[in-house]
Amino acid sequence: MTVPLDYYIILSAFLFAIGTIGVLVSRNMIIMFMAIEIMLNAGNLALIAFSRYLRIMDGHVFVFLVMTVAAAEAGVGLAIIIAIFRNRESVNADFLNLMKW
Amino acid sequence: MEMLVFIVAAVIALASAVMVITVKNPVGSILYLLLSIMAQSVLYVMLSGLFVAAFLVLIYGGAILVLFLFVVMMLNIRYADLGVDTLGRLKPWAWVFGIVLLAELVWITMGRMTRFAGVDETFGSVPEVARLLYGKFVYPFELTSILLLAAIIGAVVMTRKGH
Amino acid sequence: MFDYLYIVPLLPLLGFVINGIFRTRLSKGVVQTLAVGSVGLSFVFSVILFFKLLGLEPEHRLVEQVLFSWIPVGSLNLDIAFLLDPLSSVMIMVVSCVGFIIHVYSIGYMAHDPGIKRFFIYMNLFMFSMLTLVMSNNLILLFIGWEGVGLCSYLLIAFWFDKKSATDAGNKAFIVNRIGDFGFLLGGFIIFWAAGTFQFTELQHIAPEAFVFGGGLVTAATLLLLFGATGKSAQIPLYIWLPDAMEGPTPVSALIHAATMVTAGVYMLVRLNFLFLMAPTTMLVTAVIGCVTAFVAATIGLAQNDIKRVLAYSTISQLGYMMMACGVAAFTAGIFHLMTHAFFKALLFLGSGSVIHALSAEQDMRRMGGLKKSLPITYKTFLVGTLAITGIPLFSGFFSKDEILWKSFSSGHGHIIFWLVGVITAALTAFYMFRLLYLTFFGEGRYDRQTAEHIHESPKVMTMPLIILAVLSFVGGWVGIPHVLRGGAWFEKFLEPVMAHIPLSGHEVHHSSSLEYALMAITFVLVLVSIYLAYYLYRKNIDKVTSLRQSMEGLYRIILNKYYVDEFYGATIVRPVVNGSIFLWKIIDVFLIDGIANGLARLVGDMSETFRRMQTGYVRAYMTVFVVGAVVVIGFLVVR
Repeated sequence: MTVPLDYYIILSAFLFAIGTIGVLVSRNMIIMFMAIEIMLNAGNLALIAFSRYLRIMDGHVFVFLVMTVAAAEAGVGLAIIIAIFRNRESVNADFLNLMKW
Repeated sequence: MEMLVFIVAAVIALASAVMVITVKNPVGSILYLLLSIMAQSVLYVMLSGLFVAAFLVLIYGGAILVLFLFVVMMLNIRYADLGVDTLGRLKPWAWVFGIVLLAELVWITMGRMTRFAGVDETFGSVPEVARLLYGKFVYPFELTSILLLAAIIGAVVMTRKGH
Repeated sequence: MFDYLYIVPLLPLLGFVINGIFRTRLSKGVVQTLAVGSVGLSFVFSVILFFKLLGLEPEHRLVEQVLFSWIPVGSLNLDIAFLLDPLSSVMIMVVSCVGFIIHVYSIGYMAHDPGIKRFFIYMNLFMFSMLTLVMSNNLILLFIGWEGVGLCSYLLIAFWFDKKSATDAGNKAFIVNRIGDFGFLLGGFIIFWAAGTFQFTELQHIAPEAFVFGGGLVTAATLLLLFGATGKSAQIPLYIWLPDAMEGPTPVSALIHAATMVTAGVYMLVRLNFLFLMAPTTMLVTAVIGCVTAFVAATIGLAQNDIKRVLAYSTISQLGYMMMACGVAAFTAGIFHLMTHAFFKALLFLGSGSVIHALSAEQDMRRMGGLKKSLPITYKTFLVGTLAITGIPLFSGFFSKDEILWKSFSSGHGHIIFWLVGVITAALTAFYMFRLLYLTFFGEGRYDRQTAEHIHESPKVMTMPLIILAVLSFVGGWVGIPHVLRGGAWFEKFLEPVMAHIPLSGHEVHHSSSLEYALMAITFVLVLVSIYLAYYLYRKNIDKVTSLRQSMEGLYRIILNKYYVDEFYGATIVRPVVNGSIFLWKIIDVFLIDGIANGLARLVGDMSETFRRMQTGYVRAYMTVFVVGAVVVIGFLVVR
């Protein structure tokens, strides 16, 4: 029997929640980034599901663009991490506390 | 049958996502992420998104995760170094609210079981995507190229030594 | 010509403005010429206006010129407008004439003073204010002039501002005046509230309907106005500033504190005679105040040793006469005395200035003497002034003072006690004036060798004014020779249309002319006795004075110390006010208000300290809070 739309959406929700918790909980910046990627992917899944449901192709294009952006973001973000690493010798997010009062 | 495939793929995706966060070794995290991506790709195929499924594996597995791996290797990050867990007091809140978020999102969709209608074969194929990409969405498409350019320049500038 | 009423006050104003702005660029001579010339031209104009006024019929002698409408708000319609009628015509002539003479005198007196330009600037401002005061057609413009002369009085008393006594005196004058002004304003407001206008001509028409004869409103308003007048005209209770005002240069004392500013109170009373006549209570109070002030001031003048102080108390005393005249409804007599007093008092002050100038700033009469030979012109003119003030027949003071004495006896508002006290005061006046004369000009010189070498008669620019004033002091009274003495009583007739006639109890009392002669004679005899007494003590047997003083030690002390009035005021009024201010300052301002302000600031600081802890700088904390917020928002949306 076919899988209803809801299942996909619920799955997407689960993935998103996992991603959020991951961002908040991890101390390693790299892991944090990966959790963000998980969140983005969850969004992608929802998009494709709805696109299929509404029988419109726009969702696919949207996903395409999202992934492009995710790639760009990953690149720049990692560059930043490298720069930080050069400065601090660590990728612990807790060491980034210059904004403290 | 379809349901079985769905469940397997879904479980794999979720489990590996959880593993991404919990594994100590960063390389392990990357690999588990890759596994999750693969599972999701399967789901995409089930949703007739052939192009995006391939695209997903290509971009993520082929580019993004490789990038992550490079960085991890280069910086020689091992076991995430300890330090004061600044989130200490807030950690329970993070878990609580993560779960609440989940609950909310589920609640939204609950009880509206909807079925997919059928689609013809060309749905989700490359020509269809291309038609939209170069037609209706040509501007965003071009703009993303500029975005990528900016990202490249940014990354290069950021990591230059000597400034 | 009547369109140019405003020229009279305008000329000194121009002098003030031009001299004030270009003070440093203009030479002393130019400043002087401008200042003195503007007043002189004002005088010429006043005389021209006077003759034009004479050309009109007596009932129509009232010209108003509205410059512009100043405050038209609701029912209030205040204009800058001038009024020319017999009363104001007399006033502007007296003010500008005496003012001009004194300005000329000042050229000589202030010649060596470094601040001479500033002096003339202030003097011009004063002339402008005073002329505005007497020419205004409504109470508020009058008040503006009133305040202006008060300001100039302050500026000129404290002219030598490096002397603390001078600045203290200036402050005292201004503050005491201000207290009186408070009464003036309140009275004015009551008038407006009842009658709806400040304009004199309108008030005169509306008054009978707006006010009840003898009623609370008009009595209150007039009493308050009277209070203001006691401040400006130095009567009890607000006279205390005038003796201190002698700290200013002598021309200032002559002009402001003898001839013009102090007469403003009297002028105001006469201008509003129709109101005062409707409040018999106030009339009585006025007469009593004038009477008592005249007497008390004369007694204080008996014992003073500073020549200017004697003249100051004499001024207060003579102003008391004018007040008493108003109180007994002899308004014309009051103005008459105002005019003659302006002449001879200015003369006396300028003469004393001449003496002080000659003796190198000596003002204590105990160190004068025998100046008759060294200062002949000063002496002769001073003698004329003395004769005038004591009321010797044919001199101006005789006619005006006798008029007042007669009216205080015979008028419907009068009483024999007023006359009696007035006569006694006249005797006292004669005594202290001749005492002054003998001490200053007769006998042996009691000054030191160094002063003696510098004695010289004053230059022409100072003696000419003295001579002119002496002539005026002599003939000035001849315009008001009463009928009983076979005169035409022109002055009274001229001012007649300005006065209202509201009899007190419905019946006029008529007295015979023989009674008037008799009273005149009694006064004259008493005056002669006083003069002889002064002659006996201060001319012939000056050593007897010390023994006399010792035998009346206590009384003498009291009089010399002005009945300790200043000390009394100091303890009862000044001290509590100062203490109250200190309380308000130390406790309410510093402790309470500053405390609240600073406390609030500190509170904000402390709160921000607490909130600052939120800025941990840790990204994860921020993100967590962010997610929490997002979740809550989604929760809202879900629930709805």
